Amino acid sequence: MTKRKAFRTAFTVLVTLVLLVLLWEGYKWMGQQTDDHWPGTQFGLPVSTNDLTMPHSGDIFNELTEEIRAGRETLPLTVYLAKKAAFTFLEAAIGFSLGVIVGLMLAIFMLRWRFAERGFLPWINVSQTVPLIALAPIVVTWARLQGYPDMVGISLIATYLTFFPVAVSGLRGLQSPDSSDIELMHSYAASWSSTLIKLRLPAARPFLFPAFKLAATLSVVGAIVGEISIGTKTGLGRAILDFSMRYAVWPERLYSSVIAASLLGLFVFGLVNAAEWLVIKRGREVLK
Amino acid sequence: MRDNSEALEEAVSVESADKVFNSGSDNEVQALLGIDLNVKEGDFISLIGPSGCGKSTLLRLIADLLSPTAGEVKVFGKTANQARLDQDYGMVFQHSGLFDWRDVSANIELPLELKGWSKADRHVRSREMLKLVRLEEFKDYYPRQLSGGMQQRVSIARALSFEPRLLLMDEPFGALDEMTREHMQVELLRIWRETGTTVVFVTHSIPEAAFLSSKVVVLSPRPGRIHSEITVNLGNRTDETREDPEFFQATTEVREALRAVEAN
Repeated sequence: MTKRKAFRTAFTVLVTLVLLVLLWEGYKWMGQQTDDHWPGTQFGLPVSTNDLTMPHSGDIFNELTEEIRAGRETLPLTVYLAKKAAFTFLEAAIGFSLGVIVGLMLAIFMLRWRFAERGFLPWINVSQTVPLIALAPIVVTWARLQGYPDMVGISLIATYLTFFPVAVSGLRGLQSPDSSDIELMHSYAASWSSTLIKLRLPAARPFLFPAFKLAATLSVVGAIVGEISIGTKTGLGRAILDFSMRYAVWPERLYSSVIAASLLGLFVFGLVNAAEWLVIKRGREVLK
Repeated sequence: MRDNSEALEEAVSVESADKVFNSGSDNEVQALLGIDLNVKEGDFISLIGPSGCGKSTLLRLIADLLSPTAGEVKVFGKTANQARLDQDYGMVFQHSGLFDWRDVSANIELPLELKGWSKADRHVRSREMLKLVRLEEFKDYYPRQLSGGMQQRVSIARALSFEPRLLLMDEPFGALDEMTREHMQVELLRIWRETGTTVVFVTHSIPEAAFLSSKVVVLSPRPGRIHSEITVNLGNRTDETREDPEFFQATTEVREALRAVEAN
């Protein structure tokens, strides 16, 4: 059952990929035929189809196997990107973990004290309207002045993005039990903390996991933006920065690094999915 | 399970209790007015009345889930608050309120867990309770795998797991179909006899109240008051009892009391 489901998912992903490549190449081919105009009209295409703007998908994939010089050694672009991605993953993972802790603590705090919900929630919402590009240098400069490695500042930027969905969905989840469930715990003379642990937290899981998935992908975005704004020496953000400077020469490389970033996002998303399956698979079996 | 030497003691006593909701505001509601109610240990009392008569509110006063605006509620001679802290009662709601993420055994063991029982003791007790409600082979099932009637039986087992002397039930069979409901009534009476627990049972079903109770308390609405108390004596009830003239007479009596309430 689950095996078949996994197979179907893999199949769908593959078909989607093929369709995307066909769409990309089809659009490019059409543009090349009509000199970037909609067929039979004077209207220009929104995106130019030349090799600089839209390199052939095949070239992008080929580029992945090309050697690249990194410092004193040369290695295939795939390995190069994987190494950078591993570093970014570490920053994102630290940021994600901190964000989950901070978000959960805020949610519990707001649950415990209603005035905190009224006072905090607007600020939590405002926090996400601050442009990351403006915030990143502040955090990074602070971390550097404290003498921390760059990784600390970058992870904190990832935390800043990840705590938000966890806090907001967490609060909703903690408030989700029926009043009769709360009355039941009350009838057992259960303390506030036992009610939290035995009822509210387990009941919040269906709200928390979607938030974790969002937070996981946001943590990668936060880490990359952090790396770019700090000008750090490694990480996917660095690779994207380098390749974007040489875009005119090697557009395929920038595309490759973008693919690497989305693969990393998919990877962390998958990790959270696996955790969810482990934690809430129980009770999902339906009696046949 | 319990010997009857302490029988005929006062299990619940409510004295001139009032309950006002949203006191002082525009939508103030007088939910209960001058309620006097006595429940003897071992009794099976039903509270019946039209919706809005405050029968669930009265149950919650006894459970100390709500406090009376005036008057006094005592459970086994203590304040309702002390009785709740001592866990002298178990409670069953209309919706079983089982936790989805716990299997049947773990649901039954929840109150024991909160009391700090050891795992081994909890296991022994949940096994006993499953036997009592006749669900032994379903101990590893999850609530959503069970029918409504089975879920309610688990809920009863959970409420009785720590052997409270009083069982408070808030329309426990209200969401069940008629056949399951009648079956559950017979089961509940068997459990009541086997455990000797005192029961206060809220319902809006006339035959249910007549079939189960030794005393039916009829409430009238707005404000909730006790209209009358009807003593029922059907002896040892089985499914056949539902066809007895005595049962018919008891339901008629309850129905007429409710009609009188509606006419007011």
